[in-house]
Amino acid sequence: MPALALLSVILLVPLFSSLVRSLSSPTWTLDNYAHLFTDGVTLTVLGRTATTALIVTAVALLLGYPYAYLLTRVGPRARAVLLVVVLVPFWTSVMARNFAWLVLLQRGGPVSEAFAFLGMPDVVLSGTTSGVTIAMSQVLLPFMVLPLYSSLGGIDRRLLLAARGLGSSPIVAFWKIYWPLSRGGVVAGVILVFTLSLGFYVTPALIGSPQQSLVAQLLNQRTTQLLDFAGASALGIVVLVVTLLLVAWANRFGGTISAIGVVATSGEGTKR
Amino acid sequence: MTATTTRPASSDSVADATAAPSRPPHRRRRSADPVPWWLIAIGVVVAGYFVLPTVIVIPMSFGGSSSFQFPPKEFSLALYERFFTDPKWIGSLGNSLLVAVLAALIATVFGTAAAVGLNALTGRLARAMRTLLMISMVTPAIVLAVAVYISFLQWRITGTLGGYVLAHATIGLPFVLVAVTSALGGFDRRLLRASASLGATPLHTFLRVTMPLIGRGVVTGALFAFVTSLDEVVIALFLRSPTFQTLPVQMYTAVTVEVDPTIAAASSLVVVSVTILLLIPQLVRRKTPRS
Repeated sequence: MPALALLSVILLVPLFSSLVRSLSSPTWTLDNYAHLFTDGVTLTVLGRTATTALIVTAVALLLGYPYAYLLTRVGPRARAVLLVVVLVPFWTSVMARNFAWLVLLQRGGPVSEAFAFLGMPDVVLSGTTSGVTIAMSQVLLPFMVLPLYSSLGGIDRRLLLAARGLGSSPIVAFWKIYWPLSRGGVVAGVILVFTLSLGFYVTPALIGSPQQSLVAQLLNQRTTQLLDFAGASALGIVVLVVTLLLVAWANRFGGTISAIGVVATSGEGTKR
Repeated sequence: MTATTTRPASSDSVADATAAPSRPPHRRRRSADPVPWWLIAIGVVVAGYFVLPTVIVIPMSFGGSSSFQFPPKEFSLALYERFFTDPKWIGSLGNSLLVAVLAALIATVFGTAAAVGLNALTGRLARAMRTLLMISMVTPAIVLAVAVYISFLQWRITGTLGGYVLAHATIGLPFVLVAVTSALGGFDRRLLRASASLGATPLHTFLRVTMPLIGRGVVTGALFAFVTSLDEVVIALFLRSPTFQTLPVQMYTAVTVEVDPTIAAASSLVVVSVTILLLIPQLVRRKTPRS
């Protein structure tokens, strides 16, 4: 127990002193926060970050939902393979994956060659928000698939068969029965991916362009280049509060905090 | 209390992965309710999206060119040679391994103690502690990195081994906690009392009774704490110094500043070794099937 307290200190003291710093330098004031909303840059970047995060989340949901559903439907051996496919990138190097995306998306890289082959020679995704979105969705997709899978796995498919037996079409059966039952997993996955994309640093820094920077790059710039520790702390606290509010809000729908535990353990559980 | 952590669907799925093939009714039900072809098609495409970017670094690492070129034009081991001879690369690998081992060690000791302690506790304090740890898992890395960096500047431990180890032990801790808590799920606390009544000291009881029962959870947690530290880049970027940096930071510099294709060799080595490392517990598990 004191062990836990000790390590919480390493985590909480810096965060708490950020909060204090953002409020108290140079004197006790809310100026640092007021600046964020009036300097014109921060709000633009926050808006761009939120938009990117929304698109990433939508892409992850569109790809992750059928994949998680497929996981619940296939035989045990295929399921083990499909799960390893999700989990290996989940646990292997973030740098390796971002480097790979950089190579794939760069000018003259395979993706732009493919577009050129299709008659669109000027498509270069590296340095654009679309490139960042494609790479981020791939990096974050496991965080969508794992909670969805744990939620979809608990749905009794015989309900669907019953609905079909009573004469409903497959689409109606899905919409009226399966989708509402899966909502807990959807909320968990959506919130998880959205909050993680809000704070994503490496992918936008490597693949995006400085003109299209996201909030994480802004935080880095304020801290290491402008040495505006108070401003950076204030911005960090804003991002943290938004994240925690979203998590708390999702918690009322179906336990995101426990879903995060599920993500971590299912990584661990299947490998154990 | 373990309901949230021991219920992961995938650990169930591994359980029925070993049980299901011998159950024919399961198979018959599936043929009455077939998996539609379009679902399989989507599954294959998404699986490709998952795997391809990780896989392309391997052919790249055998290319000899001096830029980030794909597909590689020639075959050579030059990048591996540079990786293992350039002190910049091999040195940062050494730093990374050192930080990861120490951080995993601390996270494992503290995380195991915390999990055992929390398991005994019930009520509001335990719930608060657990929420706190889960919050630490959702705090955006960049926010944590900035906060930790500024605090560590004041404590004068940026760019030191100790600073890295402390920060990485902290982010590895929740993984140990979750793994050990789930291993404690089936733990019968009466064993502790039995052991004590037979005259064992608490330490003796822990080593001879608790540890053998939760050992696998501890090992898993330690592995994940190790891998998390090995792979951590955002906090490491802030804490780096000219004299001490870790492999992910060197990889980051290789992409952003140096345009050094040695990163392809580094990526391949990391991907292959981490994958092997993570598959070890699964293989060990397979040898000792649970009924």
